[in-house]
Amino acid sequence: MKPVNQRAWFLVAPVLLLVAFTAIIPLMTVVNYSVQYVGMNTQFHWVGDLWFREVLASEKFWNALWRNLVFSGIILMIQIPLGVLIALNMPRKGWGVPVCLVVMALPLLIPWYVVGMIWQMFGRVDIGLFGVMLRDFGYNYENDPIDAWFTLVLMDTWHWTSLVALLAYAGLVSIPDAYYQAARIDGASRWQVFRHIQLPKMARVLTIAVLLRFMDSFMIFTEPFAVIAGGDPVFLSTELKQTVELGQKAAMSLIYFLIILLMSWVFYTVMTRDDGEPRQRGGAS
Amino acid sequence: MLELKEVTRRVAGVDHLLDVSVRLEPGVMNVLLGQARAGKTSLMRVMAGLDRPGSGSVWFNGENVTGKPVARRNVAMVYQQFINYPGWTVRENIASPLKVRRAGKDEIAREVDRVAELLRLQPYLDRKPLELSGGQQQRVALARAIVKKASLVLLDEPLANLDYKLREELRAELPRLFKDSGAVVVYATTEPSEALLLGGRTATMSEGRVTQFGPSGDVYRRPNALITAQTFSDPPLNTLPVELSGQADRYPGARTLAFRAHHLRLQKRAPEAHTFNMEVVSTDITGSETFVHMKQGDLRWVMLTHGVQVFATGAPVTVYLEPADVMQFAANGAALTPAREAA
Repeated sequence: MKPVNQRAWFLVAPVLLLVAFTAIIPLMTVVNYSVQYVGMNTQFHWVGDLWFREVLASEKFWNALWRNLVFSGIILMIQIPLGVLIALNMPRKGWGVPVCLVVMALPLLIPWYVVGMIWQMFGRVDIGLFGVMLRDFGYNYENDPIDAWFTLVLMDTWHWTSLVALLAYAGLVSIPDAYYQAARIDGASRWQVFRHIQLPKMARVLTIAVLLRFMDSFMIFTEPFAVIAGGDPVFLSTELKQTVELGQKAAMSLIYFLIILLMSWVFYTVMTRDDGEPRQRGGAS
Repeated sequence: MLELKEVTRRVAGVDHLLDVSVRLEPGVMNVLLGQARAGKTSLMRVMAGLDRPGSGSVWFNGENVTGKPVARRNVAMVYQQFINYPGWTVRENIASPLKVRRAGKDEIAREVDRVAELLRLQPYLDRKPLELSGGQQQRVALARAIVKKASLVLLDEPLANLDYKLREELRAELPRLFKDSGAVVVYATTEPSEALLLGGRTATMSEGRVTQFGPSGDVYRRPNALITAQTFSDPPLNTLPVELSGQADRYPGARTLAFRAHHLRLQKRAPEAHTFNMEVVSTDITGSETFVHMKQGDLRWVMLTHGVQVFATGAPVTVYLEPADVMQFAANGAALTPAREAA
């Protein structure tokens, strides 16, 4: 019989340790909190699914979840078509390409909190250029949740549409010229070229764009925190910040995490179900 | 019949096409043979109407179609890449040209079935093109070209991306597929052997010019210029300055002598044969053939022999060339006295 060599564990150990410390242990800590009551002197009491029941029964939680879903929905409906539109109109060659790419990449380099602060000042009705311009139309993000909402959408669109545009652009430039030629020979219209060549060829990168934008916008925290500091609208993340009980926080975090995981899986499954790309085999196109 | 008259096209100061005049007939394969960037694709784009010639004119069946946009001509094109609509099934892909023409449902079903059978695509009709192998994808592209019943079919190196077996198979089928369509069929390739295998007529191209156009075998056997002979030779044509032949008197007026790789021999057959003492550079053995690369001074030649011949690198080798196999070219590159066929 062949002797079993256990030394292979040495090779796996670093990865196991890394994953344990970065993902599994923190997550299990949160799981641990979520089923306990943490007292004043850090005494832990087992409470079972109490926190989960409490979170799921809380109207504030459902309102925040609903707001998150609507927010992500609006973000996707604006940024995906807008990003694709921008990508379609970006130059394909010449000096315009690097200029466009750099300009598009600039917003992506700015940290979340800075973007929040920029718009917080930009939108102020006393000193902000944007706020002053819209003041006469009754705009004031500090008092009006709808205006705050509008500002957040605008800010996120300004910050992240570039990402969608750059991904879509990458998809577009990878389409061989022969496709466009063939379409011209077939007498296809601009719309038909988009619908039957560009869109299917972009499907892969757009899936990534939708996933990234969904996850990011669903987890939005820094911008509302910077702009309205806990005022309306309240999202799951800001609600989480205001929750005091450690156990309840933990339970809410887990539910939040599972929702994002579930939604991402649904998006991915739906979008890759029927895109004409070969499965398993390499992507010879 | 497609006729090009003195077509020239310059892009950014570079001549893509120079004074091209050819007349292409339906019913035969019209092969454009040339190296990469020789102007084959440029010429096809002008034929299709994708590009407008800078000067000159394009005529189709007696009508001047020079400025006519491609969408209003009845053209089909197949590319080196396998171009199909990725989101549609094979059936929908084949039907697409008919739908553009607003053909009836029955006609579409009948035509799709007919062409699918012709190209042996029936088992794959409900799959997406990218789920098929390369050869099958290219068959779908060919099916779209056939079903369109175009009056001009342009095949731009359609077999270049296929593996050897599939290439042989499809190449044999191609002339048959378009034979009775009545279309003018143009086929671009970089491979001399492909031009000969397809039969029909060949136009050799080099640096934007058509250097010769005629029945493929004739162009191969009787090239009118050195450049044509070079374009139409694989392995590359061997050349020899006449003064190094040792029998310069035999070739009055010639500057350059040329011969194909299989004309160099290891055995002397005729008493008047040229004899050369060369040095072996490398040998490529395919099994049934051996390519021996050799040199002497500035001369770099390749010899094609049958069977497996083993030579050590650097070994001396004596080769023979019969004067009857030699093509002669004047100082300007024009062929001299193509008396005997240089087959």
